[in-house]
Amino acid sequence: MRAPDTSEILLQVEGVSLAFGGVKALREVSFNIKKGEIRAIIGPNGAGKTSMLNVINGFYHPNHGAITFKGRTRARMQPFEAARGGIARTFQNVALFKGMSALDNIMTGRVLKVRRGVLWQMLRYGPALKEEIEHRHRVEEIIDFLEIEAIRKVPVARLPYGLQKRVELGRALAMEPDLLLLDEPMAGMNLEEKEDMSRFIIDVNNHYGTTIALIEHDMAVVMDLSDRVAVLDHGVKIADGTPDEVKSNQTVIDAYLGVAH
Amino acid sequence: MLEHAALAWLLPETGRRHHKQGRTNAPVFGIESDMAGSGPFDTFPKLLLRNCAQFGTRPAFRHKDLGIWQTWTWAQVAEIVRAYAAGLHRLGLQSGDTLAVVGSNRPKLYWTIMAAQALHAIPVPVYSDAVADELAFVLAHAEVKFVAAQDQEQVDKILSVADRLPQLGKIVYDEPRGLDGYDHGRLIAIGDVIADGRASLAADAALGERIDEYVEAGTGSDVAIILYTSGTTGAPKGVMLSMRGSIDAAIDTTRFDKLTDKDVVLAYLPLAWAGDHYVSYVQGLVAGFCMACPESRDTIEQDRHEIGPTYYLAPPRGFEVMLTRLMVRMEDAAPIKRRMFKYFLDVAHRHGEAILTGHPVPLAGRLLYALGRLLIYEPLKNVLGLSRVRVAYTGGEAIGPDLFTFFRSIGLNLKQLYGQTEAFLYVTCQPDGEIYSDTVGPAAPNVDIRIAESGEVQFRSPGMFVGYFKDPAKTAETLTSDGYIKTGDAGFFDEKTGHLKIIDRAKDVGRLADGTMFAPKYLENKLKFYPNIKEAITFGDSREFVCAMLNIDPVAVANWAERNNVAYGSYQELAGHPLVYDMVAKDVAAANRSLVKEKVLAGAQIRRFLILHKELDADDGELTRTQKIRRRFIAERYAPLLTAIYNGSHEADISTEVTFEDGRKGTIAARLVIHDMQTADSAESLGKAA
Repeated sequence: MRAPDTSEILLQVEGVSLAFGGVKALREVSFNIKKGEIRAIIGPNGAGKTSMLNVINGFYHPNHGAITFKGRTRARMQPFEAARGGIARTFQNVALFKGMSALDNIMTGRVLKVRRGVLWQMLRYGPALKEEIEHRHRVEEIIDFLEIEAIRKVPVARLPYGLQKRVELGRALAMEPDLLLLDEPMAGMNLEEKEDMSRFIIDVNNHYGTTIALIEHDMAVVMDLSDRVAVLDHGVKIADGTPDEVKSNQTVIDAYLGVAH
Repeated sequence: MLEHAALAWLLPETGRRHHKQGRTNAPVFGIESDMAGSGPFDTFPKLLLRNCAQFGTRPAFRHKDLGIWQTWTWAQVAEIVRAYAAGLHRLGLQSGDTLAVVGSNRPKLYWTIMAAQALHAIPVPVYSDAVADELAFVLAHAEVKFVAAQDQEQVDKILSVADRLPQLGKIVYDEPRGLDGYDHGRLIAIGDVIADGRASLAADAALGERIDEYVEAGTGSDVAIILYTSGTTGAPKGVMLSMRGSIDAAIDTTRFDKLTDKDVVLAYLPLAWAGDHYVSYVQGLVAGFCMACPESRDTIEQDRHEIGPTYYLAPPRGFEVMLTRLMVRMEDAAPIKRRMFKYFLDVAHRHGEAILTGHPVPLAGRLLYALGRLLIYEPLKNVLGLSRVRVAYTGGEAIGPDLFTFFRSIGLNLKQLYGQTEAFLYVTCQPDGEIYSDTVGPAAPNVDIRIAESGEVQFRSPGMFVGYFKDPAKTAETLTSDGYIKTGDAGFFDEKTGHLKIIDRAKDVGRLADGTMFAPKYLENKLKFYPNIKEAITFGDSREFVCAMLNIDPVAVANWAERNNVAYGSYQELAGHPLVYDMVAKDVAAANRSLVKEKVLAGAQIRRFLILHKELDADDGELTRTQKIRRRFIAERYAPLLTAIYNGSHEADISTEVTFEDGRKGTIAARLVIHDMQTADSAESLGKAA
């Protein structure tokens, strides 16, 4: 069904290390993400998964190593530059504007696409109005896509967790990203919610052709979803390959189940 | 008129001009208004042409898409349906073929029905929430050649049973999402079929003539549609309805309720249910009013609020849900609002019905009611999206009298109808000003009702079915030798009002071991009036006493739990909570007390009850797709519980298989508590009254 364009590398991570004081979160990690694929990063607790994601979108700056995104190599970047460059993300703990409606939250994802200035926006007249209608149209497409029509106007604080996650995904999609980073999209969900979310992730990849990198705890979900899986343990990449390859890798099994020393 | 309509297709402006001239003071049926019956417009495609000519620029369909209500006029719909029919014709749909329609209320699916009828094919709407097996049964029995499906979910279901459907050819679908990787030799988007039809019509004039000939050659005796009944007993049966029958019946009832092209309905009930087909499609085409399709299944409440329908049909459960939500929200309201609400509901209870029917009411009462209308009733109706409703019906099942009176007292013109798919649809309906909560009204126009010696209600009606599809034996069973339909319901005509009263399904009314009469549904409706109780089944036939199995209402009880700091992890845990049992016991006691007033039934009070650990579900076969309980099935499935109730145990174990939405199966085991009740006697309740 899905045909990732295997030839083109969207993001290359080269020898990245990151330390907080004496704690080495990432050690010499290298891997790549190809255009159009669903790439998973897995690992036990404290393996450095979220750190890796934070490095990719510029929230952390690596001590060593370089990141090449869409052909541009850089060592330091700010999150807003990443966003402008086409990287969107969701968070492990939902980070939405709690008092705003689902619709408004998703609209904020369009903020970088707004061309008219604040004054025009306030006037809500002529080209600014036309533009807002365009943005709203895109957002409505996403609402339709994620099947959240019924909660459009509900403040997100009143929504159950699974739906908040979906709204967050919607906001990330509203940015029309080239690369979508999902930090544990299924944490804290029940089986049914997980299945829904998996379907949405696959549909996003299929329909919008978005490249997706996701961190996930639930092995079963990852194996079903991903094209390729990278495994981190204590900040070191210990395996990388297709789900089947990773599943049968002895180092991975040891890292997950523990090994007698 | 037909010629005008054909012109309207080519030159929509002509149609519009004609329509404006014709509309100055044209009644709904135009020149034909003084003629009885359908006249020259005896098929739905012909009605569509008439509407195109007569109401060309008026809205025919609305659908909320991407947050905006999209509108199609009758002229546009006529053009689309013609192109769609041409497209289906090119795909090989032939006269007499059956075509299944699976999905929720979408304009494209209603147009599928129209386009199929234009080609003399027979549409077969199917319940969209049916699991694959049920779907397979109906599609195989109806021998469908084509399927029109709403989305990937339905397409997947159909493909999963396709090997059992040798006749099945093409599948057309509405929403392309998720269908990228499918076999597109077999699957075609409805949009593409219409576009292809439109292009072919433009290129080939002969094709257009052929389609128009089809439409003109249609006659009133053609089978218009096959509606499969939900089947409280046994396998579904395909009820065949004729074009003329459906249209004649709808003409009678649109006149009865004075429905015109200015009316609006929200088309939200299952397509396969006779109620939706009648109210949205048939009456819509006959009266020329607008069918508004909700955005999705979850947004019906908001959409109702936005559209403001003027004509509304809901099964009793629909009104029950509204009332429960309302009560739950009132619990959370500020104390002063709660007191106002309570006070004005009392006022409404005293004067509302009289004011609605136009009986004299003292001036003080009128003033209070007017104030209540300003402060409470109108805002309430507005929240529910019922502000503009002129006529509302409930049917399909008996409605609890208290529920019925509540809505009428706040000024909603809610009426009862008694109908059957086989009658299509009305057997009786209540005329404005003659509403009694315990009768279903006099015979609908041109319907002939009689009570058989056995007490069974029998009737003949204009919309009467042609027969069951491929089942002459069942057809013969349902008809009497002189052509009346047997309803299977026990009833009688009320002496005072002359209106029909339905007691229960004839075969469900029973007697306790000591001979006391026991009408299960009557009791169940009483129980279901309490917001905490969502579903109830009572047993008692040939037993020593009456018992009940209940489902709590998760919305109402969860809200109560939140306010009372009751912690729970699952529905099952909540249902078994001792405090919940105590609360429900109070409701059951109240139901028992109200039963004392009914002489005949006072002996049939509930002695023991239990709360089930799971909600009754159509997927498990416990309810029909129209949400009626399947009494016998439940009795068998929960036999260990019944045994425990009648052998005096205080607890019972049960393990049941459940079916998840995706068709997988699992098992739920639980230990349920059986609660004993004191029965109220007349002396006690009299003492209380004094």
